[in-house]
Amino acid sequence: MIEISNLTFGYSKKKLLFKNLNLKLQMGHIYGLLGKNGAGKSTLLKNLAGLVFPLEGQCKLKGYRAADRLPGFLQELFFIPEEIYLPGTSAVQFAQSTAHFYPKFDEGQYFRMLAEFDVPQTSILSKLSFGQQKKVMIAFGLATNTTLLIMDEPTNGLDIPSKAKFRRIIAGALTEERCIIISTHQIRDLDSLIDSLLIVHEQEIVLNKSLDEIAERIYFGSSALLDKEMVLYEEPHRIGLNTMSVNHNEVFSKVDMELLFSAVISDHKSVINHLN
Amino acid sequence: MEFRENEAIYLQIAAYVGEHIVLGKWPLDQKIPSVRDLAVELQVNPNTVVRAYEFLQNKEVITNKRGIGFFIAADAEKKIKEYSKERFLGNALPEFFKNMYLLDISMKEIEERFEQFKAEHYHQN
Repeated sequence: MIEISNLTFGYSKKKLLFKNLNLKLQMGHIYGLLGKNGAGKSTLLKNLAGLVFPLEGQCKLKGYRAADRLPGFLQELFFIPEEIYLPGTSAVQFAQSTAHFYPKFDEGQYFRMLAEFDVPQTSILSKLSFGQQKKVMIAFGLATNTTLLIMDEPTNGLDIPSKAKFRRIIAGALTEERCIIISTHQIRDLDSLIDSLLIVHEQEIVLNKSLDEIAERIYFGSSALLDKEMVLYEEPHRIGLNTMSVNHNEVFSKVDMELLFSAVISDHKSVINHLN
Repeated sequence: MEFRENEAIYLQIAAYVGEHIVLGKWPLDQKIPSVRDLAVELQVNPNTVVRAYEFLQNKEVITNKRGIGFFIAADAEKKIKEYSKERFLGNALPEFFKNMYLLDISMKEIEERFEQFKAEHYHQN
């Protein structure tokens, strides 16, 4: 389990990004992390990865404090940042020099994923296009089989067929023993993969719920004929209204993550209150 | 697989599985795709497939043989028809009624057209 407790963080003490933040993440899930630009998504991920140090509180993974950066912690974590820099070696040499830091690294899995992504094993990584480099990192990160895999905007730079391959690869790589956190603005690329939603807004995690729980409580529809009193939030759409309403009839709609996100960040407390 | 906006993905996956069974695409005596294989094929979270399979188990369409996999139940087709009916009555019919109401179409007109439709498409039965 991954646990953040009483985390207070800011790059300067005068301007805090998080105050007393608490969060628990479970294994076997893919979390989608959403937040406005500057809300602190990447900073939250860096705290989890031990790349920055909290002013107060802590992040823990399998009992290890992230900020201690102990080997036992580092071998259970892989972080794929938005911007990546790969060395002037081939994908094969990269695995030879780096994989032994990760005891659960699966070489066969790594090469299978590279093949599926159409990335040549012998090309010099630093000379590949950004999209190709990203795919190498994704393949390597998944093959490490760490307990926690963090991906910041993984689909940025991927072409259309690669996005479908990315979804297929992630679907096959999730196990009960690992937790994947994906931070993204491209929610439509990933909306069939994410099973739980985290929303960061104004120094807090305002939402941490599975999509199943959300669908149980909120009905996402486009009908203007709904009972007005039950509508929690609505937004004009090209051909009418997109609505979120109280789910009375146990009808399970598909969660519209973009709409939910808009509702939450425009301070529609009724939505959050209804979910919590 | 392209998912529609108006229904939970696990229900759409359950319908997809049901369709494969009814159309005979999966042999009756062999196991159906594992959770992981179907998740990869449909590019969805394996937990969503687990939920779809649980739903189909509850509806007695498939059975879980521990350690082996999921198999098509004996009277799966009948069960699929039962819950497809529920699904139609719960989803498509209200939408249909809404249009009937908005466009001021009478039940009598629907009935006439339904008879005509059956005669045109299913007269040999």
